[in-house]
Amino acid sequence: MSQLPTLPNDRWSKLEIMFWLLPVACFFVFPNYLILGSQILIVGLLAVSLDLILGYAGIVSLGHAAFFGLGAYTAGLLSVHGWGEPVSGLLIAASAAAIFGFLVSFLVVRGHDLTRLMVTLGVGLMLYEAANKAAVVTGGVDGLSGMTMWKLLGFEFDLNGQTAYWYSLIVLFVLFVVLRRLVHSPFGLSLRGIREGGKRMPAIGADVNRQLVTIFTVSAAVAGVAGALLAQTTQFVGLDVLGFPRSAELLILLVLGGSGRLYGGLIGAAVFMIAQDYIAGINPAYWQFWIGLLLVLIVLFARGGVLGGLDRLRLQLGKSGGPRA
Amino acid sequence: MLSNLAGVLFDGIAYGSLLFLISVGLSVTMGLMNFINLAHGAFAMVGGYVCVVVMNRLGIPFLLSLPLAFLASAMAGLVLERVLYRRLYKASHLDQVLFSIGLTFMAVAAATYIWGPSQQPVNLPYWLHGQVSLLGLDVGAYRLFLIGVVVIITSALAYLIERTRFGAQIRASVDNSVASAGLGINVSRVFSLTFALGSGLAGLGGGLGIDVLGLDPTFPIKYMVYFLLVVAVGGAGSIKGSLVAALILGIFDVAGKYYVPSIGAFVIYALMVVLLIFFPAGLMGRKS
Repeated sequence: MSQLPTLPNDRWSKLEIMFWLLPVACFFVFPNYLILGSQILIVGLLAVSLDLILGYAGIVSLGHAAFFGLGAYTAGLLSVHGWGEPVSGLLIAASAAAIFGFLVSFLVVRGHDLTRLMVTLGVGLMLYEAANKAAVVTGGVDGLSGMTMWKLLGFEFDLNGQTAYWYSLIVLFVLFVVLRRLVHSPFGLSLRGIREGGKRMPAIGADVNRQLVTIFTVSAAVAGVAGALLAQTTQFVGLDVLGFPRSAELLILLVLGGSGRLYGGLIGAAVFMIAQDYIAGINPAYWQFWIGLLLVLIVLFARGGVLGGLDRLRLQLGKSGGPRA
Repeated sequence: MLSNLAGVLFDGIAYGSLLFLISVGLSVTMGLMNFINLAHGAFAMVGGYVCVVVMNRLGIPFLLSLPLAFLASAMAGLVLERVLYRRLYKASHLDQVLFSIGLTFMAVAAATYIWGPSQQPVNLPYWLHGQVSLLGLDVGAYRLFLIGVVVIITSALAYLIERTRFGAQIRASVDNSVASAGLGINVSRVFSLTFALGSGLAGLGGGLGIDVLGLDPTFPIKYMVYFLLVVAVGGAGSIKGSLVAALILGIFDVAGKYYVPSIGAFVIYALMVVLLIFFPAGLMGRKS
């Protein structure tokens, strides 16, 4: 494992390029699963946004769904009130989530793990309560319906979800490229430094709080985009976008894929959502039991998730190289 | 209006003392082992279900079912601590959070599987029904009983911690587990017993709380934030802090729901954010 403090090689490896060809191939191979496909892409984007603060900056958040939900409701309300243009809706949702994330971040950077946990959890619950009580605006438990989306750059949102799939994939890819650049920059390295030993970072001139505030805001904005994507592609916003189970599941699938490496969130989202689609169809209660058991086993025996396991496998096989995103 | 206020205060104190009973174990284990245990509510739920089962199926009276709830949860806590929890004392907080979320999910799913998703009924004995007059104020008999039980248990707990050898060992281990181990205290045994005691108290609280908090499989998730709040606001490891925090939260929650029902649970979350801004380490927390 080369963890030398050099700037990482930012070249795209063959494995990464192949990885991104997969969703394109899926479009042609599984044309009947496009709706699930775009859900996976959206949750993947959300997981990547959580990875920024959890995997890179080491902030444990139990309320990341707050920003997702805020983005979803922003895009939803825009559309309900007559502005159905998707891309600008996405940008406005991102700004709303970013502003909220910026404000919350000042509470989060204070204090230690338990306080951070409580603040993120509390903020998430507060937004949930707010959306629940403000039924006049948000539709409360019935959800926000009546969204009408305009054409996306000339493409109609179709019932098969073809436009939604491409839309989600392109947004995910564009943001991923930006974030990949971000975590490979000196700023990204400095975040890892904070994760590994926040008390020593000021000694080399890093403004820890400012960097945490920055990454938290970026992460919130990306989560907001994911939420807006969900709202626009399904043309519905349910109260569950803000719920605690979503935050917890998000944490789970990120850890399942492997945190601190961007791709972990995407792989985790794919594995988790496909398994959920398959098992939860049989019985939702069983699903929760198995995911709980899986989580306990991962923590006890398989730290690093799928990608961590692959890394270890590769080390044992004696190969070097491969993507270290 | 004034008697109203007294009634709200009384209900708030009853609610707060229940919160204290359930959360005190969480606070002590968090201070003792620095372990973030989100599954604490699951132990309370176990106690609640034990109460319901022994009362409704075996016909054991309510008062007798409470010690059984305590024992069942304490046993569950002891076993889980010995088998699973102790492997993670040195792990990162993220691992602990994930592990305990996993346990919680399993507990929720298992309870749904065994007892179904509906609320469980509880048949209180007739002398706990209705209202009694206390200093000219009509208060719920059950809530008065609840406060009485918590006062007794708190006194016993205070005696245990402050006056007994085991209590001294707990205090020493909380302050500095390495030095305590060096002085010949079996810290690992203290951990186990404390965890079992905390889980048992949670179970007792779960049983006592069926009438106030309700009991269904989502219990551990629904009230998780309240238990964590008591610990975060009171300061981990501080029993006195937990008591103060639980009473404050209980009173504000009841008052908020009574006087401004339209904003409901907002009061409590806002209070939490404000308290955590001014006391990041809790009201009586130690600087770590």
